[in-house]
Amino acid sequence: MSALSRFRSVALGIAWRNLHNLYTNPALLLPSLLFPLFFLTAFAGGLSRVSGVPGFDFPSGYTAFQYVFVLLQASAFGGVFTGFSIARDFEGGFARRLLLAAPRRSGIVAGYTLAAMTRTVLTGTVVTVVALLAGMQVGGSGIDLFGLALLALLTSAAATLWGTGVAMRVRSMQAAPMIQIPVFLTLFLAPVYVPVDLLAGWISTVATLNPATALLEAGRSFISGAPEGVLLAFGSGIALVAVFGLWALRGLRRAEAAG
Amino acid sequence: MNSKLGTQVAHLAGRSVMRTLRQPAALIFPLAFPMILLAVNAAGLDSAASIPGFPADSYLDFALAVPFMQGALFSAMNAGQDIARDIETGFLSRLSLTPVRGIALLTGQLAGAVAVGAAQAVVYLLVGLIAGVTVQAGIAGALLILVFAMLFCLGFGSLGAFMALRTGSGEAVQGLFPLLFVLLFLSSAFLPRDLIEADWFRTIAGANPVSYLIEAVRSLIVSGWDPETLALGMAITLGIIALALGAASLALQTRLERT
Repeated sequence: MSALSRFRSVALGIAWRNLHNLYTNPALLLPSLLFPLFFLTAFAGGLSRVSGVPGFDFPSGYTAFQYVFVLLQASAFGGVFTGFSIARDFEGGFARRLLLAAPRRSGIVAGYTLAAMTRTVLTGTVVTVVALLAGMQVGGSGIDLFGLALLALLTSAAATLWGTGVAMRVRSMQAAPMIQIPVFLTLFLAPVYVPVDLLAGWISTVATLNPATALLEAGRSFISGAPEGVLLAFGSGIALVAVFGLWALRGLRRAEAAG
Repeated sequence: MNSKLGTQVAHLAGRSVMRTLRQPAALIFPLAFPMILLAVNAAGLDSAASIPGFPADSYLDFALAVPFMQGALFSAMNAGQDIARDIETGFLSRLSLTPVRGIALLTGQLAGAVAVGAAQAVVYLLVGLIAGVTVQAGIAGALLILVFAMLFCLGFGSLGAFMALRTGSGEAVQGLFPLLFVLLFLSSAFLPRDLIEADWFRTIAGANPVSYLIEAVRSLIVSGWDPETLALGMAITLGIIALALGAASLALQTRLERT
């Protein structure tokens, strides 16, 4: 068996197990499906009047504006929940047995990431269908929407690799807040409710420096059919995946060393 | 007999407070999370204050009422978790063999939750005042806000206690959090009800008791003394307390009979 097929076999095995656990356990599946829908309802329904603020100009409407945030948030939280499942696997002793059994351990990281990205496809589909049923206007073409989907997958991969790195270092469920809070803050320190130009004060500075802003603004430009800042968004997304990929692999080495 | 009950309640309330103080996560998270959300939302939605008819000069003034409600939700979780742990570890069973009256356990636990909730509310109020919020109802209004916050903690803490006594499971209590979170987000927490554009959302917010609790506290901050809003908020708060406390007492009775 070549190194590549050993890697693939471990990655696919891990991904299958993770997805199987998810889809056979409603307590794990339902929150990850319902929370994004709930955020979409609360933000797009409750705050739609915000689109009347002077200077707010988003041609596809407030539902589409919030849909992009909710899609990226759901993708990121799919990664966070996958990080929780790694921590749970360490607490239950499964991860240690896995480290002993896996012929190519980097496949473990790839497997969890693949599971999270697959999860994003399901959650993203559900959120999109509900948003369309709620009357979301889509100005973008098929290619634009494909670009938006790629951004969601990059977000999912980056968040998963971040969560994997933390979970492999802490190796208990105590890692949960350490995984979740930075992701939550990064997302909410982006222009969630209004475009970045309408932010003022400290949040404007923070949002400008926040890589999630590039992803969010490009995603919104895709849905409105006027792509803008695409290179910056994909550059930021790929950079996040690369940095957190190294973080996750170093975490794996730490877990191996801890035995 | 009454003084004995008072002593028992005082001991159990002290135990509840000490228990919270010994778990930094149970103390820091309910303090930090609402303040972070307040900072992020107040900055991100500041431009919403320019919507015609918005009742406050800044969004921060408008949003300061929300942390008091979030603090109460955390109280519900903490009170419920502590009682569930007492059931899971057998403390409640051992307690039932002593002369301690069952009702003392419930009252003591809730008194502890209210004490912690009051301390949290003082912090929220001080942070708001330091950030530049003026309580239009003056010092008496600020004191009434603290009374409301303590009553919210009592009402929602009783709900957490009911869940714990009914199920005996910490996980079931955790399941209450999304429900309470949904109640908060589907209320007038982010915009006044008359400015919510979507009819269906305005209807839900109008039927949601949490809207009236937030509006009572908010009225003291942004508009001064508004007897109608305050009376409605107080009546609903007392109604929640009566219902939740009654349900928790019945659940306690059933559990002690089973024990």
